[in-house]
Amino acid sequence: MNGRTPGVHPSKMARVKPVPAANLIVQLQSETSERAGPQLDVPQNITPAQLEILLNGLLTQEDGDKLPYSFHIQDMPLLGELGAHLQAHKVSVETVVQVVFQPQAVFRVRPLTRCTASLPGHKEAVLCVAFSPCGRHLASGSGDTTMRLWDLGTNMPAHTCTAHRAWVLCVVWAPDSNLIASGDMNGLIWLWKPDSNDPVGCCKGHTKWITSIAWEPAHKALPSRRFVSGSKDASIRIWDANTRRCTLTMSSHSMAISCVRWGGEDLLYSASRDCVINVWHAQDGHLVRTLKGHGHWVNTLALSTEHALRSGAFDHHGNAPKAAKEAQQTALERWQEACRGQPERLASGSDDFTMYLWEASTSSKPLGRMTGHVQLINQVQFSPDGRWIATASFDKAVKLWDGVKGSFVGTLRCHVGPVYQLAWSSDSRLVVSASKDSTLKVWDAASRKLKEDLPGHADEVFCVDWSPTGGAAASGGKDCVLRLWKH
Amino acid sequence: MPQGEHIELHRKRHGYRLDYHEKKRKKAARSVHKRSEQAQKTLGLKGKLLAKRRHAEKATMKKTIAMHQQKDSKRKAEDGAPQSAVPAYLLEREQADRAKVLSNTIKQKRKQKAGKWEVPLPKVRPVAEDEMFKVLRTGKRKQKQWKRMVTKVTFVGHSFTRKPPKYERFIRPTGLRMTKAHVTHPELKTTFCLEIIGVKKNPNGASYTQLGVVTRGTVIEVNVSELGLVTPGGKVVWGKYAQVTNNPENDGCINAVLLV
Repeated sequence: MNGRTPGVHPSKMARVKPVPAANLIVQLQSETSERAGPQLDVPQNITPAQLEILLNGLLTQEDGDKLPYSFHIQDMPLLGELGAHLQAHKVSVETVVQVVFQPQAVFRVRPLTRCTASLPGHKEAVLCVAFSPCGRHLASGSGDTTMRLWDLGTNMPAHTCTAHRAWVLCVVWAPDSNLIASGDMNGLIWLWKPDSNDPVGCCKGHTKWITSIAWEPAHKALPSRRFVSGSKDASIRIWDANTRRCTLTMSSHSMAISCVRWGGEDLLYSASRDCVINVWHAQDGHLVRTLKGHGHWVNTLALSTEHALRSGAFDHHGNAPKAAKEAQQTALERWQEACRGQPERLASGSDDFTMYLWEASTSSKPLGRMTGHVQLINQVQFSPDGRWIATASFDKAVKLWDGVKGSFVGTLRCHVGPVYQLAWSSDSRLVVSASKDSTLKVWDAASRKLKEDLPGHADEVFCVDWSPTGGAAASGGKDCVLRLWKH
Repeated sequence: MPQGEHIELHRKRHGYRLDYHEKKRKKAARSVHKRSEQAQKTLGLKGKLLAKRRHAEKATMKKTIAMHQQKDSKRKAEDGAPQSAVPAYLLEREQADRAKVLSNTIKQKRKQKAGKWEVPLPKVRPVAEDEMFKVLRTGKRKQKQWKRMVTKVTFVGHSFTRKPPKYERFIRPTGLRMTKAHVTHPELKTTFCLEIIGVKKNPNGASYTQLGVVTRGTVIEVNVSELGLVTPGGKVVWGKYAQVTNNPENDGCINAVLLV
């Protein structure tokens, strides 16, 4: 079929793959089916890069700068030449080919390739690690009952916070980077400043261990004051960081709380081992909605705007306006951008091996149910742009899902042990996953391929976090060493 | 009231004999001696039966004592919390605690180079050649004595084909061939039935190693891929060494300890 035809110029005779004669008619459209320009007659060997140039020309960006785009045809990402892609996926070329474009992050996070520092210090397994929203500080909690703060400039320990008397199970930064809340096995929450090892105060109230903490988003209150904590004792408490008093207690769950999230729409979401997810009003604490569907423990929750909520007013360079009013406005803009005019979506992963996608602020009916894992799902994470969901499961696989519709996209297989945690890069192009098999693996979300394999830990990796500014990732595990990974 | 309960009736009316409890105590104290005397006197089948009964009795007694001791002794309350720290998402999960990463593969390699292992059984009883082999007489008049049969358990790889009988000096009987071993992980204190990959070293000599003879103290290589062990580099370990701890030819199975 592709034989050399007489009359072709000799220079083209040497080409391995001659260009097929017929052109394709394509229609570029956005995710919301808004057409960009007229139908186009393009050659079969057009690449995504060329399509990007075309699209940038059609959309005529006002300030002249070109935006990167990714292209999808019937939900399959276009990676190579258009004609070959259509042939491979058996898409009809008889009709107009609908090409959906998605704007990508204007910056690129480089994949992690090496371990730049291993930070010893903890005497027990590192249980949680968290970069500050500004990306300048790193905190880690450990089984040796300390929380440590690390100096990222020199890769040295900065402060050792020793107020806890039991394992530090969760460490969460306030979205203004000025406070850290850490919850422990005894049910105490201590508050810390990033520049000292003296505690700010202690929040007593929970009778069993803290499983999860979430701060109020920056666009609701700045400087951050309130945070919510979920505990094994089946109660959820809202605390005031200034007075260290519990302002509200919600206790309608009957079993341990596994995850709490503070949404951007003044709603609290709590997942529990009693198989339901409750939605609470953040101001007065009344129960808005109960989301039922899971058949076993609900392990994890993720919000589509989680990255924006976490980083608050800080952009991808870690810069934020100084004044609180301005910063709050910036945070609101960032959150609205992450929402893209739609209500927040909530994804929940469970021990029944399935996930649900909810639009919890409007309805108690799920948008979709995601099945495919064959073991419990330990963590669900939305990509920072909210278009993808990545799940870490004990069946050794990471799976990617469409973040809007909840349809299956692909499986990332290479781990030989259960995958415990994962983290997205802030440009939504890469995922890093931490596993029991002692390795971290970096995956490319678009091609769904393994990008880097990062061995180095001597034992199970319990936690991983990618800096919101993208420069580094940190991981900790059973071998008591915190490791920093960079390009 | 049934007939024959006159003793109880009498006791109710008049109480016990004054020396009743003393006599009872003395009888109980004397019973051990009596029992021992009987055990020593009983011979033959009756002796065997008695010993068996007594053995069973003692076993139950020991169990009861152990139970009582467990009940009495004061221990720290176990609330099911694991000893080593685990993150919140692993709390209260029943862990199949198997995929322990063994960070000392390098150490093991170094030892392998030196040809030495720090093994659980450093010394074993030497096995003489006439115990290891049985001489087979061959030839029409059975006067030739160059053929040997291994009397110990052997491991024979699955790709092994016998030499023609005329040239086969060592016979490894199929009844004594084994391909699986019960391997105990010393840290996890769990036992797995694993496939044998090969015999690494028989302490009695290199020739026995070559023959694949498995005796007590032999270091064998076992397939641990199903344990999910991982090297620091993230690769799956599939071969690990283990030392045989029993006498397989007597027990009919190979028990071994993983060398970690």
